[in-house]
Amino acid sequence: MIPDSIQSLFSNKAFKTLGSLPVVVGCLFIATLYVSICNLAFPADSALHVSTYTVTLFGKYLCYALLALAVDLVWGYCGILSLGHGAFFALGGYAMGMYLMRQIGDRGVYGNPELPDFMVFLNWDSLPWYWAGSDSFIWMILMVLAGPGLLAYIFGSMAFRSRVSGVYLSIMTQAVTYALMLAFFRNEMGFGGNNGLTDFKDILGFSLQSDTTRVALFALTALFLALGFAVCHFIVNSKMGRVVTAIRDSENRVRFIGYKPEHYKVWIFVVSAMLAGIAGAMYVPQVGIINPGEFSPLNSIEMVVWVAIGGRGSLYGAIIGALVVSYAKTRFTAIMPEAWLYALGGLFVLVTLLLPKGIAGFVPALIEKLSHSKQTKSVSNKTTSEVK
Amino acid sequence: MLRTFSLVITLLMSVFSASAFSDEFDSLINQLPHKKLRNITPVLTQIAEQDNDQVRFVLTEILNGDLYYLKSNKQVVSIRKQASGDYTITPVLGGDAVADQSKSAMKKIRTSNSIRSHIRGLLAQIDLSHKQTHVRLNAVKQILDDPSAESIELLKQRLAVEKDSDVTELINTAIAVNQLKEGDSQAKLAAVADLKGSLEPSVRNAMVEQLNGLNEYKLNELSETDKALKAALTKSIDSIKQKRSIYEFVENLFFGLSLGSVLLLAAIGLAITFGVMGVINMAHGEMIMLGAYTTYVIQQMFPQWIDYSLFIAIPAAFIVSGTVGILIERGVIRFLKGRPLETLLATFGISLILQQLVRSVFSPLNRTVAAPEWMSGSWQINPIFSITYNRLYIVIFALAVFFALLAFMKRSSLGLHVRAVAQNREMARALSVRSDRVDAITFGLGSGIAGIAGVVLSQLTNVGPNLGQSYIIDSFLVVVFGGVGNLWGTLVAAMSLGALNKFLEPLTGSVLATIIVLVGLVLFIQKRPKGLFPQKGRAAE
Repeated sequence: MIPDSIQSLFSNKAFKTLGSLPVVVGCLFIATLYVSICNLAFPADSALHVSTYTVTLFGKYLCYALLALAVDLVWGYCGILSLGHGAFFALGGYAMGMYLMRQIGDRGVYGNPELPDFMVFLNWDSLPWYWAGSDSFIWMILMVLAGPGLLAYIFGSMAFRSRVSGVYLSIMTQAVTYALMLAFFRNEMGFGGNNGLTDFKDILGFSLQSDTTRVALFALTALFLALGFAVCHFIVNSKMGRVVTAIRDSENRVRFIGYKPEHYKVWIFVVSAMLAGIAGAMYVPQVGIINPGEFSPLNSIEMVVWVAIGGRGSLYGAIIGALVVSYAKTRFTAIMPEAWLYALGGLFVLVTLLLPKGIAGFVPALIEKLSHSKQTKSVSNKTTSEVK
Repeated sequence: MLRTFSLVITLLMSVFSASAFSDEFDSLINQLPHKKLRNITPVLTQIAEQDNDQVRFVLTEILNGDLYYLKSNKQVVSIRKQASGDYTITPVLGGDAVADQSKSAMKKIRTSNSIRSHIRGLLAQIDLSHKQTHVRLNAVKQILDDPSAESIELLKQRLAVEKDSDVTELINTAIAVNQLKEGDSQAKLAAVADLKGSLEPSVRNAMVEQLNGLNEYKLNELSETDKALKAALTKSIDSIKQKRSIYEFVENLFFGLSLGSVLLLAAIGLAITFGVMGVINMAHGEMIMLGAYTTYVIQQMFPQWIDYSLFIAIPAAFIVSGTVGILIERGVIRFLKGRPLETLLATFGISLILQQLVRSVFSPLNRTVAAPEWMSGSWQINPIFSITYNRLYIVIFALAVFFALLAFMKRSSLGLHVRAVAQNREMARALSVRSDRVDAITFGLGSGIAGIAGVVLSQLTNVGPNLGQSYIIDSFLVVVFGGVGNLWGTLVAAMSLGALNKFLEPLTGSVLATIIVLVGLVLFIQKRPKGLFPQKGRAAE
């Protein structure tokens, strides 16, 4: 029994289908346009008006969706269950937070033009070296990509080269994000300690409080999500993506064929970390704060649940999972806060027991089953491959 | 006949004289309200000479300003402030305590500075001639820390009659310290020789003080004796320093071992479920938490038996956590066999549910579990090194659990089945081992031991819903570091990680120490993915 994905390594008719790409991007575009117009064009008392709060909330969800995409790329397609993607998300967020912190300038409580408030408070007299360049927008973009990317590269190349895999890897990623959380809680780290970075004023000169900036950030997040989806889609359907999927199904066989699985794994891990970093960077200006709590292992595991519920090994499934679970969380925590953890815990158990392929696997299977019962001739053309 | 008569007389006499003594104490106490400041001292001295259990109490109360008398009938009472602002009064000469009294009906028995210092002297004297050795020792120690001319005089008197060697030694130390401070150069030199080997902090302080005094002069200004004194002092201080550093090392080692024992208890259950069964149980931490809450509940049920409730709590926690563990295994984990990542997620979901359950039932606030009497206190090995009993018991208990588990795995037939299923499930089944049953029992055992770990943790920290979560990552790292499926490896890993943590702590602070250990472990696993003691042979994959 040779897994499908390995067979497809040899099939020379590599089908380059666009698949769900146009549908997802189209949906995103329409939704973004609708929300933006409803917020900006209609007055606040109109029935069609969408409040700025809701726009920001949707923006947050889209960040989560991008993050879920990143987790799905490594877990669903490469079989690496990372319980530390929160670390990449938070690092991207901190890179953005540092830039926004410097943009405050002398409008802080202490009015120091050079140092952020918390450094003045701690009696520091100059910026630490790693804050150098943090007032430049370009540098910030670089750091958003390089911070998580570098961590993923160092961790990945060490872990994958020594063939740490499966559960061991998951626990190690969790240990890393836990250690980072403890480190960022320390005031001496120079990232604001417990309180993190907050009190942001503006980005590139636009006030973060204004409706237009909010809508622009929301639209930008949607754009990044669409781009991220396109990138993931391209990677997954490229030849490299096929090798990665083959590694997920049977790492040793891929190695015996002559590929170096660790190279592919590091590569996909770094790309995923950078996507997570971008998600974090878009999250911070919309939420207005980044603190070490984002590193907590629980957050990282929640991300995995989005993907598990949405359906791993399916890119649009990850997006659906993130949106559905985040929305449920918002509703639950507002209506009955105690029930949320029961619901989340129950979801973990039920999804793993009953829906191993998540919504994206369950709904098509259901449709197929229904059509199956109608016509005796089956069209067995499953695209979702077996997930180990 | 005559003999009987004389015996009766003697008995009567003794009863009478005893009551006469107590009468004298009573009358002295009753004199207190009538005395003025200037003539109260002789009464106090007389009180101190009485052979009555309450002497010490009365004197301490006067010293603290808590002894009053009622204006109405001049009854002497001791008072305690209540939370409401009123006072509870207790008559000194017998009688029931009365609550809710206003201060206006009472008058304080007044003292002055000189009277208070006189009382302190009296108390020291009482303690120095107390029947119990440890009271005498404490009294001498207090004088050693805060000496005065009179108290040193008292010590010298006591030395003549003291029989206990520990007390004699400490008295000698105190006298020598005094000599070092007050005597001439020759006497000081002799005192330094006497004090050699003493680890009392005040000895070191006195020596450092003397050395600093001598350092103010240039070397050629000093007399020969002073030079010798300086050399002797330097040498003694160095030797004390050296001894202190040795004991500090031993103390750190012990702290490390006690932290290691906690890690061991937390991880050993995991070593079974993860190491032997290959099942990832992210709800393991919650099993620990359930054990801790069981301890709490049992203490609430039997508040009068706090001293013994731990002995009920240990089996109870084992049963509670073990049962929950078996339910989890039967209800969820057995459907996910061979899918470790799914097991990880499902058990994590269970851990969230259990945490929230505890939050709903017991409130999210932390609960305190009282420590039994026999676990408090410490074992003073020497003046600068002591071991707290609770840590000592925890180390012993953890090792006992470890060896019991080891014996179970290696000697019992059930343990044999567990190992057989772990090594080769199919073959074990073919040889009529009921693997399903073994799975459930193994999981229950691992969870039950986690529950016992919870009992121990409840003695060290507050019990809260997040208690287990903070141990789960550590426990996994211990198991992985030691080598999966190897109980001895878990022991070594837990102890060495505990010790490493405690040795790093003074250098870097506790948070940074944790981070360093975590990062070090992650690097170690890169180098040796199978842990310190990897499995060899067929059991290894």
